[in-house]
Amino acid sequence: MVSGLINENPIIYPKKERRLRTDSSNTDEFTPEPIDQLEIFDHIRDIKDPEHPNTLEDLRVVTEDSVEVDDDNSYVRVTFTPTMEHCSMATIIGLCVRVKLLRSLPARYKIDIRVAPGSHATEDAVNKQLNDKERVAAALENPNLVEMVDECLLPSAE
Amino acid sequence: MVETNQLTQYLETFVDITRSPTEQDDSRKAIASSLDNDSLSINQLVREMELYLTTTDNVVRARGILLLAEVLDSLKAKPLTNAIVHTLVGFFSEKLADWRALRGALVGCLALMKRKDVAGVVTHIDAQAMAKSMLQNVQLQALAPHDRKLGFELLEFLLQQYSEAMSTMGNLLVYATCEAIDGEKDPQCLIVAFHLIELLAQLFPSPSGPLASDASDLFEVFGCYFPLHFTHTKDDETNIRREDLARGLSLAISSTPLFEPYAIPLLLEKLSSSLPIAKVDSLKCLKDCAMKYGVDRMKKHYGALWSALKDTFYSSTGTHLSFALESITSPGFEINEIHNEAVSLLQRLVEQDISFLGFVVEDIRINTVFDTISRYSQFRGMPDTSKLEVLVISQILSVSAKASVQSCNIIFQTFFFRLMNTLGIVEKTSNGDVVQNGNFTVSTRLYHGGLHLCIELLAASKDLTLGFEECSPTPDCAQESWCSMVKRFSVPLIQVFASAVYSSSDDSVADVYLGVKGLLTMGMFWGGSSPVSRSEFEKILVTLTSIITSKSGKTMVWELALKALVWIGSFIDRYHETDKARSYMSIVVDKLVSLACSGHCGLPYPMMLEATSEVCSTGSKYVEKMVLGLEEAFCSSLSDFYVNGNFKSVDKCSHLLGCLTNKLLPRVAEIDGLEKLLVHFAISMWNQIESCGVFSCDFNGGQEFVEAAITIMGQIVGIALVDSQNSIIQKAYRVVLSSTLAAMESIPLTFVALEDLQRDLSTRDELILSLFASIIIAASPAASIPDARSLIHLFLVSLHKGYIPAAQALGSMVNKLGRGTGGTYITSGCSLEEACDIIFQADFASGEKISSNGSGKIICGSETTLSKICLGFCGSLEHQTHAITGLAWIGKGLLMRGDERVNEIALVLVECLKSTNCSGHALHPSAMKHAADAFSILMSDSEVCLNRKFHAVIRPLYKQRFFSKIVPILESLIMNFQTPLSRKMLHVALAHVISNVPVTVILDNTKKLQPMILEGLSVLSIDSVEKETLFSLLLVLSGTLTDTKGQQSAEDNAHIIIECLVKLTSYPNLMVVRETAIQCLLALLELPHRRIYPFRIQVLQAIAKSLDDPKRRVRGEAIKCRQAWASITSTNIPF
Repeated sequence: MVSGLINENPIIYPKKERRLRTDSSNTDEFTPEPIDQLEIFDHIRDIKDPEHPNTLEDLRVVTEDSVEVDDDNSYVRVTFTPTMEHCSMATIIGLCVRVKLLRSLPARYKIDIRVAPGSHATEDAVNKQLNDKERVAAALENPNLVEMVDECLLPSAE
Repeated sequence: MVETNQLTQYLETFVDITRSPTEQDDSRKAIASSLDNDSLSINQLVREMELYLTTTDNVVRARGILLLAEVLDSLKAKPLTNAIVHTLVGFFSEKLADWRALRGALVGCLALMKRKDVAGVVTHIDAQAMAKSMLQNVQLQALAPHDRKLGFELLEFLLQQYSEAMSTMGNLLVYATCEAIDGEKDPQCLIVAFHLIELLAQLFPSPSGPLASDASDLFEVFGCYFPLHFTHTKDDETNIRREDLARGLSLAISSTPLFEPYAIPLLLEKLSSSLPIAKVDSLKCLKDCAMKYGVDRMKKHYGALWSALKDTFYSSTGTHLSFALESITSPGFEINEIHNEAVSLLQRLVEQDISFLGFVVEDIRINTVFDTISRYSQFRGMPDTSKLEVLVISQILSVSAKASVQSCNIIFQTFFFRLMNTLGIVEKTSNGDVVQNGNFTVSTRLYHGGLHLCIELLAASKDLTLGFEECSPTPDCAQESWCSMVKRFSVPLIQVFASAVYSSSDDSVADVYLGVKGLLTMGMFWGGSSPVSRSEFEKILVTLTSIITSKSGKTMVWELALKALVWIGSFIDRYHETDKARSYMSIVVDKLVSLACSGHCGLPYPMMLEATSEVCSTGSKYVEKMVLGLEEAFCSSLSDFYVNGNFKSVDKCSHLLGCLTNKLLPRVAEIDGLEKLLVHFAISMWNQIESCGVFSCDFNGGQEFVEAAITIMGQIVGIALVDSQNSIIQKAYRVVLSSTLAAMESIPLTFVALEDLQRDLSTRDELILSLFASIIIAASPAASIPDARSLIHLFLVSLHKGYIPAAQALGSMVNKLGRGTGGTYITSGCSLEEACDIIFQADFASGEKISSNGSGKIICGSETTLSKICLGFCGSLEHQTHAITGLAWIGKGLLMRGDERVNEIALVLVECLKSTNCSGHALHPSAMKHAADAFSILMSDSEVCLNRKFHAVIRPLYKQRFFSKIVPILESLIMNFQTPLSRKMLHVALAHVISNVPVTVILDNTKKLQPMILEGLSVLSIDSVEKETLFSLLLVLSGTLTDTKGQQSAEDNAHIIIECLVKLTSYPNLMVVRETAIQCLLALLELPHRRIYPFRIQVLQAIAKSLDDPKRRVRGEAIKCRQAWASITSTNIPF
C-alpha cells in the first residue's frame, strides 16, 4: 500500500454564494415548506473531504444539481463525483454523505447514494457497497470507520 | 522606634529566599512604613543592614541591596537630606558594577531618579557619575528582559532630566546606546529604546556633534526594525500594541535630519514592498520625515519619492467607480488605508514645497490622460487600465490642488484649459481659442472620464476655499488665477452638466450621476467672490428643481437631484450665505411648497411631500415656510371635504399629516422653532374641526385620516413645551364644550342613563373625543387641565361606552395629577385623591343598593362602583368588558407612579378570574379573558400611552414591586382548585406578569417560578387562542435554562421540563414555539449527565418527529438538537 495522499493536488473551485431563502420568513404560519434540493445540499455541502481540509462543495464532489429529491414519495438520490477515477476514498465519501443524511432527514426517507456514471473505476462495486443496508450497518460497527466519518462531519470552523 | 530584633527579623525574612513572596513583601512594607512615619531613620536602617549590603554571599547581598532599593522606591515623596541622597547615589552607582546584585542597583538608581523636587533630588554631578558607571559597567544586552527594561528606563530618565550633564559624555553615550539597543527584541524594552533615540537626537542636534559621526551606526541598529513585525495580538500584561511600537519607531526615525541619508532610501524601498503594512508604515514615516527633515534635505529625494508615491496610488486604487446615490457626496470609489496615507503624504509634500508639484505637472502619465479621456465616452466602456488611470490621476490632481492656493493655481493653469478643450467647451477658431458661451449646443458625446476629472478638480478648489474660510472671515479668492479660470468657464460647465442630467443615452445612470454631482459641486462654492455668480447659481437650482417637479416618478435622477438640493441647502445654512439663501428660498422652497400645497403636479403626492420636507428641513426659515404652507393646505383641503364632500382631499390630508409625523417630528430637536410651528399647526387643526359641522369617516380612507390626526396630535403635544401644551389643551377644551360631548358630562352615572347612551356618538364627536384624549395622554404633568373633574366624568362615561382612548386618557390623568394631600402644587384644581374619588366612588344610582344583594360579603375589599360592574353585579356583558379594560388602563397609570390603589384594582381583576367570586358565580368567559389580558395592559410597555415620550410619571422598579405582590396571590389561587377555565385564565394572567418583568427578577425566583411556568405552558398549549402568550412564557423559560441559577432548579425539575418541552415540539399553532422548545432541549444538555441521561430515548423520539416538521427552521434546529442528544451516549445515533 502506498502511503501518502491519493489525490495530492485537487482542484479547488470557488464556493457558490449561499442562497438566502427570502421567502421563508414572511410566508404564513401554516404553509408547509417541503424538503427541497437546496436544503439537502445544505446538509452535505460542508462535509469535509477525508483527505483534504476542503469541503465536498469546494472540490465539486457534490453540487446542488447532483441532488434529486422527491418529498412526496420520500426519496432522495445523491450522485457524487470522486475527484479521481481510482479514488479509494469514494466509499468513505459516500458513507459520510449517507450518515449525514440519515442524521438529518426524517426516517420516512429512502436514501440512494451513487457515484456519477463514468467517474470511477469500480463504479458498480462502490454503488453496491453504499446502498446495501447490511454492509453500511457493518461498516458503522467498525470504530475506526465511525471515527473517520465523524471527523468529516464535524462542523467546519468557518 | 522600631525594636532592633524586629527589624532584624524583617531583614532576615526578606533576604531568605526560601520564604514565600508574600512574607517578603510584608516585611518590606513594614520597614517602609516605619521609615515613613519616622520611627526608623535611613541612617539606622543602613547601619543595621551593613552586613547584608557588604557580605560576600552573593545571594544575600543581592537581596539586601534590592531591599534597600525597593524601600527607597516606596519613599519617593519623603524628604531626605542632600547628604543622604548623595551617599545613596554613590552607593548604588558603585553597585552597578556588581553584576550579581545588579537588579537592586538598577531599582535603587531609578528610585532615586524619580524623587520629587521637594524631597531632595539627585544633583547633576551625581547623575553624571551614575551615568558613567552605568555606561561603563552595565552590558544591557546580557541581562534578563526585566533588568533590560529597568536599564533603558534609567537611561531615559537620565537623558530627560539631566540632559546637560549627559551632553558632556558625547560619543561614549551614543556608542553605549547603540550597544544597548543592538538586538533588542522585547516589545516593552523596545518602546523605551525608541524613545531613547529620540532623546539622543534632541540632545545632539548639531551636524558636527557626536550623533552626526555615529548616525549611520545608530540607524543601522534601530532601522532594521522597520517595518515593524509584531504579531502579539493581545498581550494583557504589557498592553503594548503594534501601533504604539510603530509610532515610536517612526518618531525615532524622523527624530533628526542626520538620519536622512539612511532613512529615506530605506523607506522608499519598503514602500515598494508588496506587504500592505510595510506600505502604510513607510507612508506614515515618510510624512513624519518630510516634516522634520525640512525641505532642503528632502529635495534630493523628490524624484524617487514622486515615482514611489505614484506607484502606490496606482496599486492602491480600485477600478470601480460607483454611480450610486450614496456616493454623490463621497469620492465614489473604495479607499483603503494605504490610499489614505498616500493622499496625506502627497498633500504634505506639496504644502511644504511647491517645487514638488513640478514633478506632478511634468509627469508623462498625467499628460497622457487627456488622450485616454477623449478616447472613451463611457466609463463603462473603458478597459480597466484606463479606468485606473483616470481615477488615479484625478485623485492625484485633486489632492495636489487641495494642498494650497498656490498649488491650486498651478494645477488649474496647467490642466484646466486642456480639460475644457477635451470636453469640447473650448473651440479652436482661426482667431484663437474661444470659450463657448451662451446657447451653444453641447456636443452629443459626453466624456465620463473628463467629467469625473473636472468634478474632482472643482471639488478640490471648493474644499480649498472652505478650508481657509474657517480661519479668515473674508476670503478673497477672486484674484487667484484658478478662480478666474473657473469663472470663465462656469457658464458652459453648468450647461454641460445640465445636459448630462437630461441625457437619455443607454448609459444614462452614469451621465445623470456625473451631471448632478457636477451641478452640486458648482453650487457649493463659498463666499461672495465665488467663481459661480448668483445668476448661475440660480440656474443650477432651477435645473435641479425642475427635475424634482417633472413627472418622472421616483427614478435615480429624481433621488440624486433631491439629495443634491438637500446638500446645497444645508451648505447654505451652515456657512450662512444670505444671498444664496434668498435664491434658494425663492427658487426651490417656494416652488416646492406651493406645489406641495396645491398638489397640482405630475408627481404622486407623497413624493412631492417627501421632496419638500427633505429640502425644507435644511434651514429653519424653510421649515417655517413649509409648515405654514402645509397648514394652509390642510385647512383648505379639509374644508373642501366637509363643504364639498370631496373625498380626495381627505386623502391628501392624511398624507400631509403622515409627512409631518414621519419627516419633521423626529427632527424637532435639530430645527429651531419647529416646535412653535407645529403647535400652531395643531391649533389650526382644532379650528378646522370646530368649524366643520358634520364629519363622517365611513368611507375609504376616512379611518386613516382619523388615525393620522390622532397620532400627530399626540406627538405634537408630546414634544411641545408646557405653555404650548396649555394653549392646545385650552383650545381643544373649548371645542369639546361646543360639541355635544359637553352634554355627556352631565349624564349621571346611572345604568338607565348609560343604557340610553346606546346610540353611538356622532363621528365628529368621536373624532373630537379621540383627539382630545390623545392630547391628555401626551400632556406633561405640569400642564394644567381645565375643569378636570368634569373631564374625568366625561371620560368615565365614554369608557363605559367602550372608547379605549378615553380609558387611556383616564390612566394618564391619574398617573400625572398632583397629590392633594402633600400640599404641593395641584396643577389643575383637581388632586389625585379627588380624581380617584370620582372614578371609583361614582355611584350608580340604580335605585337598589347593589351591595345588599343577600350575600353581603365582599371579599376583595373594594366596594367601588367600577369594580362592581367589573364583577358583573349589574349591567350587560358589554358593559362589563369595557369596565375591565378601562380599569386596567387606570390601574396602569396608578401602577407606574407607584400608587397603592393599584393593589385594589389588581384584586378586583383577580376576583374576575376566580371560578367562584364574591358574586357567587363565575364570570362570562369573554369577561374573564378581558380580565386576564388586563394584566398584559398593566405590565407591558405601551406605544400609545403612558411612556417616556408622553411624560408619564414612572417610579423605578414598579414592575418588580407589582410582580412580588401579585405573583403569590395568583399562585395560591392556581394551587387551590379552580375550574379549568378559570385556571387557564389565571395562568394567562400569570404569564403576562412573568413575561413582562425584567429577566433578573425571574432568575432570582427560578426555583419557585419554574413549576408554575411549566404548568402554565402545558395549560396554554391546549389550544391556539393563547399562542402569543405561550410563546412569551416559553421565552422566559428558555431564559432561565441558560442561566446558572436557573439550571440548578432545572436540575430538580428536569423530568417535567423535558416532558413539557417534548410536548411543545409538536405544538401545531406557532412555528417559533416549536423552534424555541427544541432550542431549550438543546440547552438542557448543560445539566449534569446523570439527570438527563434517562430521558435520552424520549427526547430523541420526539426530535425524530421534528425532523419531518413542515417548517425548515424547525428542522434545522431539530438536526442540531438530535446530534447533540445522540452524542451524550457512547454509541452514535441508532439508525
